[in-house]
Amino acid sequence: MSWVLENLDVIAGYTGAHLVQALPPILLAFALSLPLAKLANSRGWLRTGVTTTSGLMYAIPSLPLFVLLPGLIGTGVRSPLNIVIALTLYGLALMVPTASDGFRSVSRDVLGSATAQGYAPAARFWQVELPLAGPVLLGGVRVVAVSTISLVTVGGVLGVPSLGMLFVDGVRRGIVAEIAAGVVATAALALLTDALLVLLGRLLMPWHRGREGSRP
Amino acid sequence: MIGFENVRKEYPGGTLAVEDFTLEIASREAVALVGTSGSGKTTLMRMINRMVDPTSGRVTIDGEDVAAMDPVRLRRSIGYVMQASGLLPHRTVLDNITTVPVLRGTAKGEARERARELMDTVGLDPELASRYPAQLSGGQQQRVGVARGLAADPNILLMDEPFGAVDPIVREELQSELQRLQRDLRKTIVFVTHDIDEAFRIGDCVVILRPGGRIAQVGTPQEILAGPADDFVASFVGADRGARTLHVERVDGRDVVVDADGRAAGVLAGAPAGGGNGSSGAGSRGTGSHRADGGHEGGRGQEPPR
Amino acid sequence: MNENPFLGALEWLSDPARWTGPSGIPLRTAEHLGYTALGVLVAALIAVPVGLYVGHTGRFKGLAVGAAGVARALPTLGLVTLFALLVGIGLTAPLLSFVILAIPSLLAGAYSAVESADPATVDAARAQGMTEWQILTRVELPLGMPLLVGGVRGATVQVVATAMLAAYVGSGGLGRYIFQGLGSQDYPQMIAGSLLVIVLALVLDLALLLLQRATAPRGTAAA
Repeated sequence: MSWVLENLDVIAGYTGAHLVQALPPILLAFALSLPLAKLANSRGWLRTGVTTTSGLMYAIPSLPLFVLLPGLIGTGVRSPLNIVIALTLYGLALMVPTASDGFRSVSRDVLGSATAQGYAPAARFWQVELPLAGPVLLGGVRVVAVSTISLVTVGGVLGVPSLGMLFVDGVRRGIVAEIAAGVVATAALALLTDALLVLLGRLLMPWHRGREGSRP
Repeated sequence: MIGFENVRKEYPGGTLAVEDFTLEIASREAVALVGTSGSGKTTLMRMINRMVDPTSGRVTIDGEDVAAMDPVRLRRSIGYVMQASGLLPHRTVLDNITTVPVLRGTAKGEARERARELMDTVGLDPELASRYPAQLSGGQQQRVGVARGLAADPNILLMDEPFGAVDPIVREELQSELQRLQRDLRKTIVFVTHDIDEAFRIGDCVVILRPGGRIAQVGTPQEILAGPADDFVASFVGADRGARTLHVERVDGRDVVVDADGRAAGVLAGAPAGGGNGSSGAGSRGTGSHRADGGHEGGRGQEPPR
Repeated sequence: MNENPFLGALEWLSDPARWTGPSGIPLRTAEHLGYTALGVLVAALIAVPVGLYVGHTGRFKGLAVGAAGVARALPTLGLVTLFALLVGIGLTAPLLSFVILAIPSLLAGAYSAVESADPATVDAARAQGMTEWQILTRVELPLGMPLLVGGVRGATVQVVATAMLAAYVGSGGLGRYIFQGLGSQDYPQMIAGSLLVIVLALVLDLALLLLQRATAPRGTAAA
């Protein structure tokens, strides 16, 4: 405990670096998944392909991907950019199939009646289709957020600064409290983000009282 | 014989499904429990095989309290047919029919042989034996459901809106087949439905329920049509509507039955006093004198006795 | 990184010396598979019965979902290093983290497998006189088997990744190559190790995907 109190500034610094690597993949995965999912839904074979690729992508452990990226795109092994890109790919692997399901779950009848009422295609997407797919999308983003925040720590073994550095440093110097602090801080950050997303969902989708507590 | 003695069912949360229900169901009789949703009819039926236990009161079979029986063994001794058949989707038709006999320890070969006989009894093409339920039509699924209910040769058959999910034409077909089966097999049938026509057609005795499992009237279809106990029953059976107030008109030397709106409903067959052309379980009724030609049964038109 | 590091990795992989001996690729792969099998097996012994119970009875559902959610938020590397310090070198420390990280997938797979059966089908089975055990083993499990295998698949993916990180604190397995390469600034070796892990992960995932397809109950797909 005393280690934690003496090193609050270190923990705070790593938390900041952690968020810098975690938030862009979460936001990017969400934003990019919407057009990709719409595209995938427009063709049956494309949808099957996307689902299969996503499943395989998700099976690849994160560290090998962190290692391969510098060789492919010319970044340094310790560059946080590798982490951001790799985690965006994972986020997409999870989010695109989810968004695809979400859009498919919107009833054809509702969309048809919206068109009949005179919604232009863009307005129909933003005002009808997206909000109705919202609960499924939210479920996907929650899983992406929690797993992204947890995976950022793996970069620590390569020397990329994040809360993962507490594990690397802790095991090297034999300080249990440092590792425990890292575990607690990472889990707390993930659960806090998750709670914020649930709250955001309630604000944006008041018709859907977050009764859905389970995850895929 | 099945007995209900002051049965009450209250669900946690305070919903009162059945208030105070007493009834005796004679052996080898088909009883139809009919009522709207919330009348407690399914709850009452499910008390017989202990799918539901009453909060107070007793349910007895041949004088023995079912509460004292092992629910699993009790259920294996009672046939159960439900809406949308409830068949196991991953088992073939034949395996579905043999489920209960196999659970009771009947040898597989013997159970299968009996299942094939039953498929014939309920009018299923033997070629369907190796199909899966999803490959059958709704009507075929219900026939499998009936065969499965009969597979262990139970004395009691519980039927929970068994024909509710099939289209009207198939439903009538299944109803007449059930009548035929009952003439041959003479089981004690408890049949739950919200359709009064179906209740009149299947039931030797019909129990009309108000919400909360309160009995509005018990009697044969004839008795109920001839003397509805009150306005609720009269309106429920439609006695106040044209379709049930039939009269006879003579056309070209034949007696044509016409409803209150003047629409023809059928032709009287044979002598008016004969009464032998009934279409529903006539043999077991013993109340032939109620079988007035102007009654409900006449409205069914011409149906061969067998 | 003066030359193309991928060519270097290929060179590293094609060296016959890498394919024999105690630190050779076959043995490291076997170690990795052994860790994975052991981790998933022990976790399954704990999580599957609990998941089946939760799914069948509907009791403690909230607790199971919540526990699985919290377990998912735990950082893999954090558990691996924490147990390494607390328990010391040996198989126990990494195994503990494998089991903890495999449990959420298996638990969710098991209870969703049981829950996926149509309540009307289960009701009908009970009404016909099946015991609760017969309902579980003859109705719910056969119908939900692909979901249960899906849980095993998720757990396997998780443990393959965790087993690689365990090499950071001294375990064997394919992760060794990556960390040795990291220590000696040998980027081609890191790439070679990464490719090996990726291949192993994909092969396992595909095998379980096929198993998942094979366990889909006949009859339900044909509509």
